[in-house]
Amino acid sequence: MASLNCRVCKMLILKCPYCGASGEETEFECGGEAHLKRFGPGSGDDEFQGYLFDRVNRKGVHFERWRHSSGCGKWFHAARNTETLEIYGTYSAQVLEPPAEIREKISGKVPGWSWREFS
Amino acid sequence: MSTRLVTGGRFLDRSEYAEFTFNGKPYRGFKGDTIASALLANNQVLIGRSFKYHRPRGIVASGADEPNALLNLGEGAEFEPNQRATTTELRDGMICKSQNHWPSLEFDLGALNNILFSRFLPAGFYYKMFIHPRPFWKHVYEPLIRQSAGLGKAPKDRDMDDYEHFYAYYDIVVVGGGVAGLVAARVAGEAGARVLVIEQTAHWGGRVLVDGGTISGQPACKFVEDIVSELESMGNVAMRKRLMGAGIYDHGYVLCHEQSDGHGPRHRLWKIRARRVITATGAIERPLSFAGNDLPGVMLASAIRDYAVNYAVSTGDRTVVVTNNDDAYLTAIQLKELGLEVPAIIDARLDAGGELAQKAKDLGIDVQSGMAIAEIKGRGQVAGVRICSQAGEGTVLGEIDCEAVAMSGGWSPVVHLWSHSGGKLYWDDKSAMFRPDTKQPPTGHDGNPFVIPAGSASGFLSLNDVLNDACAAGKSAATDVGRAVMDNAAPHSRACKTAPIEPVWLMPQGADIGKRMKSWLDFQNDVKVSDVQLAAREGFESVEHAKRYTTLGMATDQGKLSNINGLAILSDSLNQSIGQTGTTTFRPPYAPVSFASIAGEARGPLFQPVRKTPMHKWHEDNGASWEPVGYWRRPYAYPRAGESLRDAVNREIVQTRNSVGILDASTLGKLLVKGPEAGRFLDMIYTNTMSTLKPGRCRYGLMCSENGFLIDDGVVARIDENAFLCHTTTGGADSIHAHMEEWLQCEWWSWKVYVANLTEQFAQIAVVGPNSRKVLERLGSDGFCREELPFMSWKGALLDGIKTRVYRISFSGELSYEIAVPAKKAQMLWDDLIEAGGEFGIAPYGTEALHVMRAEKGFIMIGDETDGTVIPQDLNLHWAISKKKEDYLGKRAQMRKHMISPDRWRLVGLETVDGSVLPEGAYAIADGKNCNGQRNTQGRVTSTYYSPTLGRGIAMGLVHGGLDRIGEIIDFQKVDGTVVPAKIANPLFYDSEGERQNV
Repeated sequence: MASLNCRVCKMLILKCPYCGASGEETEFECGGEAHLKRFGPGSGDDEFQGYLFDRVNRKGVHFERWRHSSGCGKWFHAARNTETLEIYGTYSAQVLEPPAEIREKISGKVPGWSWREFS
Repeated sequence: MSTRLVTGGRFLDRSEYAEFTFNGKPYRGFKGDTIASALLANNQVLIGRSFKYHRPRGIVASGADEPNALLNLGEGAEFEPNQRATTTELRDGMICKSQNHWPSLEFDLGALNNILFSRFLPAGFYYKMFIHPRPFWKHVYEPLIRQSAGLGKAPKDRDMDDYEHFYAYYDIVVVGGGVAGLVAARVAGEAGARVLVIEQTAHWGGRVLVDGGTISGQPACKFVEDIVSELESMGNVAMRKRLMGAGIYDHGYVLCHEQSDGHGPRHRLWKIRARRVITATGAIERPLSFAGNDLPGVMLASAIRDYAVNYAVSTGDRTVVVTNNDDAYLTAIQLKELGLEVPAIIDARLDAGGELAQKAKDLGIDVQSGMAIAEIKGRGQVAGVRICSQAGEGTVLGEIDCEAVAMSGGWSPVVHLWSHSGGKLYWDDKSAMFRPDTKQPPTGHDGNPFVIPAGSASGFLSLNDVLNDACAAGKSAATDVGRAVMDNAAPHSRACKTAPIEPVWLMPQGADIGKRMKSWLDFQNDVKVSDVQLAAREGFESVEHAKRYTTLGMATDQGKLSNINGLAILSDSLNQSIGQTGTTTFRPPYAPVSFASIAGEARGPLFQPVRKTPMHKWHEDNGASWEPVGYWRRPYAYPRAGESLRDAVNREIVQTRNSVGILDASTLGKLLVKGPEAGRFLDMIYTNTMSTLKPGRCRYGLMCSENGFLIDDGVVARIDENAFLCHTTTGGADSIHAHMEEWLQCEWWSWKVYVANLTEQFAQIAVVGPNSRKVLERLGSDGFCREELPFMSWKGALLDGIKTRVYRISFSGELSYEIAVPAKKAQMLWDDLIEAGGEFGIAPYGTEALHVMRAEKGFIMIGDETDGTVIPQDLNLHWAISKKKEDYLGKRAQMRKHMISPDRWRLVGLETVDGSVLPEGAYAIADGKNCNGQRNTQGRVTSTYYSPTLGRGIAMGLVHGGLDRIGEIIDFQKVDGTVVPAKIANPLFYDSEGERQNV
C-alpha cells in the first residue's frame, strides 16, 4: 500500500542562522555533507575522488549544508542527528569547523561522538 | 434476522429518513446512521466477497477497523471505491454497490476458488505456482489474476468535488475525542495551552457512550456532554469532529484527514505543527480464531453492542458470545437488557469470576467456562455454533442455534500514531497487548519526547485508570509547553472487579488442520492460521517476511484486526514470545486518506504557477502554440490560418533568414555578478577566462559542475569594471544562481562578489535577420553598424525613447541584436519593433525555429547535446576552455582518465543519405553484441530537424571517434528495426564561413 512516509512529507523544522526564521523543511534545500575540503588541479586521484564522491552516511550525528532557498537564499550548516532527528544547532557556512558550543552540546547528548575529523 | 429495534439509537434522528440503494435495491435508514448500521437494520448481512476465495463476508466491526464492508459509492464524477460502510455517514440518495464479485453478490463464480481450490491456494501459492514458464506470468497468469482479484473499481470520470489543504499550529493536539482525549484536553486547556482536539467519527465520547459507567458520580454520557460544552466555551481550545489523525511525523508534524459534514470541501487535509501530541486513540477489539469466524453474522462483541446502543440495530434475535476476557460480558448484558436472547456465553477461561460475569449469571445467561467454538454452523450466514472444550482438539460437545456470534479476543491499544515517528512498544504479558513504551518515546527537534499516549491507547482498559492516565497526560503536555497546571484531581470512576484476560490465539487450542484452514486472521486478504504457520515452516521467520509472504495485514485495513493474532500464531510456531517476534512497522496513514485530498487544490490551472513574460498576452492574441519550458510557457510557433505547426516553423525560419524575425527571449536567465572580485569568481565558474573581457564586450562561456560535466552555457557581457551580466539557459536561471551562491557562500566566502538574479526584471527581445539593423535604426537611433557595434559587443541605446541595452550576439548565424529592456516597457518596445519591421514583413518566431536555426549553425543546446554525462571536450568546445587558468570548476575532473579517453563519443553533424530526418534519440549500431546480448552501439542522435533552409534533414549526434570519421556512413536504427544510413559531417551546415553575421 502507498504510505505517506517520511521522505514524501518533508517535516524537519530548521532555523536559518542568517535571517533568524524558523521554517518548515519545504522552505529549505539540503545540499549534502558540510565541511568538505576542496581538492582541485594538482591533487592526486584518491584525494580528488574522496572530495568528490566519498560521503559519510552515518546513523547518528551528522553535519549538513542547507540553503534557505525559499527564504533569504543563504547557505548554512546544520548539526543534526539522522536517527533521532534532533537538531543540535544551525550555524554559518563560513567556518571551517563546527562551533565549539555546538560540539559541546552534542557531547552532552552523545558522549564520545565523532564525525570525520571532528569530535 | 438483523433488524431495527423500535426504540433507542443514541445517534439516530428518527424524524428524518435517508433513502439509499445497495446494488440497486432501495433501502431506508435514518439520519445519523452509518451505511453499515442502515444495511444491518435492513437485514442486509451479506456485504461483499473476499479478495482471494470470494467467500461471503459481512460486517465485522463498527469503525475504522472494518475489513470487509468496503463499497463503491456514488456514480460518475462522484464515484469513490473502497469506502468503509462503518465509517461513512448515511446521506439521502446514496448509491452503494458491493465489490469483488461476478456476476452478482449472491451468486459469484469466483467463489469456486473457495470450493475447488482453497486447499491449493495457501500462502506463497502465487510465487510457487506461476513462476514457470517465465513469459506466462506477464501474458497469462497476471491478467487472469488481476481480473479475479482486486477490490473497488478505479474511477473513470474526473472528480467534480473540491478538496483543500489546511495548515495549523497548536501547542497541543489531542488525537481522539473519547473520554481520555476530552479529559486530557480539559486539563491542558485550563492551563491555558492552545489545544486542538480531533475525533474521527461524528460523535464525541468514544466507547464510554456505549459501555456506560459513572464518572465523578454522573452517568458517563452526562459527563461527556458537560465536558464537551466546557471545552467548547474555552477560547484557547478548538474542537473538530470527522477529522482523523492519519500520521505523526518528525518535529511534531501531524497529518489529519477531514471528512465533510455536508458543507465545504469533500475532504480536507490538515497539516499541523504541534509542540506536543496526545494520542488518545483508544483500542481495537481483536477477533478470535476459530473455524468459520469469517461467516456473516460473526462480529466483534463491541461492534454488536455499538449497533444495538447507538443505532438501535439488533444483529440477531439470539447472539452467542464467545470470549477470553470480561469485556464481552457487557455485550451479553446489554443485549439481554434490550430484550434480546443470549443463549450462552462461551468463555475460554476456566475461571471467569469478575463482576460482569456475576451480573450476566444473575440475568440468567448460561456461562460456559473453559469452552470454545469448534465451528460455525450455516452456509453464507450464521445458523448456530458447535461448541467444544478450549483445552481439547475440537470434539463437539453441543450445538447452540443463533443468528449472531459476538467474539472478543481482548483489546489492542491503537499504537499506530505513537509508532509512526519512532515510539517503541513493549509486550505486556499480563494484559496480552503491545503498549507504548514511554521510556522510548518519539523525540522532537530538541531531543525531548513530543508524543504522550493517553487512556486505552496507552493500555489502560478500566475507566478509572483511563481517567487518571488522561489527566496525567494533559498535565504533562501542558507543563512541557510552559503552562502552569492546576493541581486538580482526575475525575474518578468506581474500580470494577475483573478477572484477568487469558490469551487465546487459536480456538480450540489443539485445532486440527481442517479447522486451522478455516480460521481466518486477515479477513480482507484471506489469510488463515494455517497460512502463517506454513510461512513459519518455510523459513519466513521475520515478522516482516511472514507478512509479505502471506499478505497478512497488507490490505486496506492494514491489519487493524489481524496483526496481533497473526503475530501470536507466528510466535507460537517459532516457539518464541510475542515480544521477541515484535510487530511489523506501523506506517501512516492510520486509515486511508483520499488521493484527492493529497492533491488538494493543486489541479487544473492551479497545479503549478505559470511564469509569463511581459509579452505573454501578445503571444496568446497572435495565435502562439505553447511549449512548457520549466514554469514558463514559450511560443513554439505562431501558426496562421490553414498552416500546420511545421508549416509555421518553416515559414518563420525562411522569413528570418531572408528578411527579419523577432523572438521573445525574456526567459533567458540574467544573473548580475558584481564586485571587485567578480572577474576572479567568474574565472572559476566558467571554463574560459572572463576577467580579461573588456567593458562593452561579450563572450560565450561554458559552466561545468565540479564533476566536469557541462551544466550551462550563455553569453557574458561585461557591464563595467566591477559588473558582469551572465546569461543562462531558461531552465538554468534559478539553479545556476543557486550554484553560484553555493560556491560564493560555502567555499570562497571572503571574495567580494554579489550575485543577483534579474531574470524577471528585464525582458529580452531578439531582432534577427539581414534587415534587423534597419529595423533598429527606424526607432530613432543609429550606431548599430559593424564599426560602432561589432559582433560580440553591447551598448546602451534609446529606442523610441526607451532605455535599452543592445547586445550584438547571435544564436542563428544571422545579423542579430538582443535588446534588454525593463520588463514594464517591454510590450511597448515589442510593439514598436513590430511596427518598424512592418515593411520587411517582420514576423515573430518561436522556440522550434530558434532550435532549427541554431542546429543549422551547429550550436549546441544544453539538454539536447548534454545530458549530465557530457563534458565540453566531447562537444569540440576546446576553444572555450582556458588552458592557461590554473583552476576552474570541473578542471580537475576533466583530467581524470576516462574523461580524456579517446573512446568518448564526440559531437558530429549527421546527414542522412536519403535526406530524411533522423528519429530523435536513435542509436548508431556497431558490429557484435555486448555482454547482455544487446547490439553494440557507436553513437546516438542528440538533435534532429528538418532544415527548410537546406531542404533536407540535419542532425547532430555523439559518435565514437567524432570528427575523425568525417565522410563515413553509419547506420541508425529506427524503432521498427529498419536502419537509416547517415554520413558523418561537420555540424556547421549553413554559412560555414560566418559571412551572414559579418556585416
